[in-house]
Amino acid sequence: MSFLEYRVKYVPSGLKKVLYLNWPLVVLVTAVAAVGWLALYSIAGGRMDVWAGRQMQVFALGAVLMFIIAFVPIWFWRNLSLLAYLFGLALLLIVEFFGTVGMGAQRWIEIGGFRLQPSELMKVSLVMMLAAYYDWLDVKKVSRPLWVLIPAILTVIPTLFVLMQPNLGTALILLMIGGAVMLLAGVSWWYFAAVITGVVATIWAVFASRGTSWQLLHDYQFRRIDTFLDPTADPLGAGYNIIQAQIALGSGGWSGKGFMQGTQSRLNFLPEKHTDFIFTTLGEEFGFVGVFSILLLYALILVFCYVSALQNKDRFSSLLILGIAVNFFLYLAVNLSMVMGLAPVVGVPLPFLSYGGSAMLVLLVAFGLVQSAHIHRPR
Amino acid sequence: MRRSQKETDDAARVTHRRALLLGGAMTAMFAVLGARMRYLSVEQADRFKLLAEENRISIRLIPPARGLIQDRNGKLIAGNEQNYRVVITREDAGDVDAVLAKLAHVIPLTADDLERTAREMGRTSPFAPVTVADRLSWEDLSKVALNAPSLPGVSPEVGLSRLYPRDTDFAHVVGYVGPVSERDLEGLDSPDPLLTIPKFQIGKIGVERWLEDHLRGSAGTKRIEVNAVGRVMRELERQEGTPGADIRLTIDADVQNFAQARMGSESAATVVMDVTNGDILAIASSPSFDPNLFVRGISHTDYNALMEDDHRPLANKTVQGVYPPGSTFKMVTALAAIKEGIIDVNTTVRCPGHLEVGGRRFHCWKRAGHGAVNLEKSLAESCDVYYYDIAQKVGIDKIAEMGRILGLGIRHDIPMSAIAEGIMPNRAWKRERHNADWRIGDTINASIGQGYVLSSPLQLAVMTARLATGRAVVPRLVKSIDGRETEVAEAPDMGISLEALRKIRSGMHATMNTERGTAFSSRIVEPTLVWAGKTGTSQVRNISAAERARGVISNDQLPWNRRDHALFVGYAPYDAPRYAIAVIVEHGGGGSTAAAPMARDIMLSALSGGLPPLAAYPQSQRNRIASMLEDLPLRDAEGRVSGPSRA
Repeated sequence: MSFLEYRVKYVPSGLKKVLYLNWPLVVLVTAVAAVGWLALYSIAGGRMDVWAGRQMQVFALGAVLMFIIAFVPIWFWRNLSLLAYLFGLALLLIVEFFGTVGMGAQRWIEIGGFRLQPSELMKVSLVMMLAAYYDWLDVKKVSRPLWVLIPAILTVIPTLFVLMQPNLGTALILLMIGGAVMLLAGVSWWYFAAVITGVVATIWAVFASRGTSWQLLHDYQFRRIDTFLDPTADPLGAGYNIIQAQIALGSGGWSGKGFMQGTQSRLNFLPEKHTDFIFTTLGEEFGFVGVFSILLLYALILVFCYVSALQNKDRFSSLLILGIAVNFFLYLAVNLSMVMGLAPVVGVPLPFLSYGGSAMLVLLVAFGLVQSAHIHRPR
Repeated sequence: MRRSQKETDDAARVTHRRALLLGGAMTAMFAVLGARMRYLSVEQADRFKLLAEENRISIRLIPPARGLIQDRNGKLIAGNEQNYRVVITREDAGDVDAVLAKLAHVIPLTADDLERTAREMGRTSPFAPVTVADRLSWEDLSKVALNAPSLPGVSPEVGLSRLYPRDTDFAHVVGYVGPVSERDLEGLDSPDPLLTIPKFQIGKIGVERWLEDHLRGSAGTKRIEVNAVGRVMRELERQEGTPGADIRLTIDADVQNFAQARMGSESAATVVMDVTNGDILAIASSPSFDPNLFVRGISHTDYNALMEDDHRPLANKTVQGVYPPGSTFKMVTALAAIKEGIIDVNTTVRCPGHLEVGGRRFHCWKRAGHGAVNLEKSLAESCDVYYYDIAQKVGIDKIAEMGRILGLGIRHDIPMSAIAEGIMPNRAWKRERHNADWRIGDTINASIGQGYVLSSPLQLAVMTARLATGRAVVPRLVKSIDGRETEVAEAPDMGISLEALRKIRSGMHATMNTERGTAFSSRIVEPTLVWAGKTGTSQVRNISAAERARGVISNDQLPWNRRDHALFVGYAPYDAPRYAIAVIVEHGGGGSTAAAPMARDIMLSALSGGLPPLAAYPQSQRNRIASMLEDLPLRDAEGRVSGPSRA
């Protein structure tokens, strides 16, 4: 198997690669991250040293990583896909046995004061693995049961590990990422129809299992669903997050209360205001206009990923970029649905905005891959 | 293996198609998110803005400064002092025990303080400040402020608390304040929001209680920003309340002080009234107590000491205590008889020392008898038989009627606690109360203020003022509220003939100014201040026939609480009445020996507005009086006790 099945007429080399970067993407990502710094500065009551400063450092580190990855040819990364996947699985196993317990779940490992969430890394590894698999696989075999079973297993293994942590949100995202890449690769609709039917049946089974000896979800997960369905039932307990988040978003009105004027976040009514719920701060301080602008930035990032993916004639690159775009989209869709009260509270950060090193670094690594695919595309 | 171009292109086409499909789904999701955001921050914005404000803003009450209570000349009776205290907030303190232990090194804390703090913390929310130590000195407060960095959650505070600078002098009049209790709130439909402030102090008894509405003032408010745990972040807006109204009493603090000091440790009560307008110049009950103890929270030991004292310091004897008025009641009997035409001012009765009525023998205090007695002499020498005689002719109902005209047996409404109505008995009363017929013996007893008759010193003072003026003087305790003079109640003529009143007055004059008068030794010799009065000695026990046969035991040989009450009523000056006085010394023995001298000193103090002038006393008494006055523990202008310290 050769490295390239297409003819690379011209691959930019050396510093010329800088010119061939997908610059709009770089600018957009930096812009979103900058909004995040502003929000973190505001939430800390006008202090850099609490969150914003560290977030900028992490971003700088991640940006360096992104450029390094971008300048390395994409076929090198493609050949590392299996390794990346196995590495991700290994980390998930480690976190399972030696991980730090936080909020009743094992989620991260401490490496030199840095918290790494292997499940974040796994999302990218899975995309790489599946893209490499379909790049390798004869397109005629894509929809044959055996060849569908393999990527399905590749998806389910990490999903089960994450589910055991237990982290339902990320597990579902992993499933959807795997499904999305398979869909994009051309797997027959029938399989998806079957799976969706199965999922619906499973959901029914989960709810039916409640309170029985074979209960399929943790009690706290059931409670989250309950409070999602009726947050007002327990305004000071489980429903508090959702209610306060909506108050913050809604009270921003059309144009917001102004930078550093958000009462909900600054007076601590908002839980997790600097991490998963950072969007509420933005909504409160910059209003509908500000929030809409951020949605626009996110949409533009996706559009540029799409354009890059569809231009790319390399199957691996194309699937990789689309997979990462789907991953990116799932982050923000799940997070925003959660803070706006459209979905249960699951621990998913808002990409490039939420405070936290793991997700930020992994996302920048992913965008490094996107850039690498973009630079080294067949022309 | 090289793939065919067609296969690759086909695969790419499928991927493109499905990517666009996914893109469509993403777009739909963005539309949903945008719509939801629009719903929240545009359509529902007002509702959420309100909710955010409610989250953030908390309205706290600012307690107003309580109104001052002053005497008629503006001397402070009840004021507010700056009170330095240290509070601790659990939420900020973290390890409360460690912080308290550190605090105990900075300022003295008793085990009691710590226990109370712990108890209170168990009841309140973590962000509510709890008082650790109260009434600290300025130095202690500074020490806490200085050590603030090492004492998280501890903060010094300044507040106002009630202070009674003339402590014991006005305890019974003004009363004291204390924290709102459940009982205070009972029966209030919509209590003043101030009352819901923890430990807010309201008047419990006396003027503090009855004029609470004036003294309290109204609450100010401050809008403060609080965070999610209720901790105060900053003050947004402040609206000061209105302080309570200042109240001036009719009492002269100096006279009150003199009366209190003069009564000393006796169980006694004094009421001095201005006969021209009913102003109460002094109304003192002895022994007294320090109301400041109650404001600070009285200890069990102190409280039990007050409760167990047989002189009953907590009781306000001036209005709450009722006593048989004894001979001070004789004016009532005489006026009733004159009004009914039973006697005229010159009628004489022969007193053989006793009178047989209905088979029972009623004795005059003077066993040998007074001989022929007219009205004037009957008062001056306090002949009992004269009144036995006229009373059985006039009947109890008419006597009671006259008693009420003169202010006995009715409740005088002044803002003090537990004002007693006393008893002015008649036939109907006995029927209702004891379900028995009124008997002639009851009338005989009542005629000299014994038996069922009970009256308070205030009532006796009112009676004396009415006798001195002929008008129905009404007592007044509050001179002005918030600078506005309170109305002086109209004092209509009582409709008693002037001739009769004159005779009564000259009888009272004779009591004091003739050598045979019962209160001759308590006369005033200063011509412009010469006064008139009547002594009374009322039995608190029944003298049995056997006892009488053995000979009545003198008071000195009896235990204190079985001795007779000593009473005196009087007014001065005789020609132009200004003040009326009533004095009772519980178990004091005789009215002429225990009550009259005391009344004279207090009356002279009222007349002179300070220390009694020695010139007013008979020459022979001046030395004794001078040394007695010197020993009195009187207060100086600031209200501090000077002279010999009190026991």
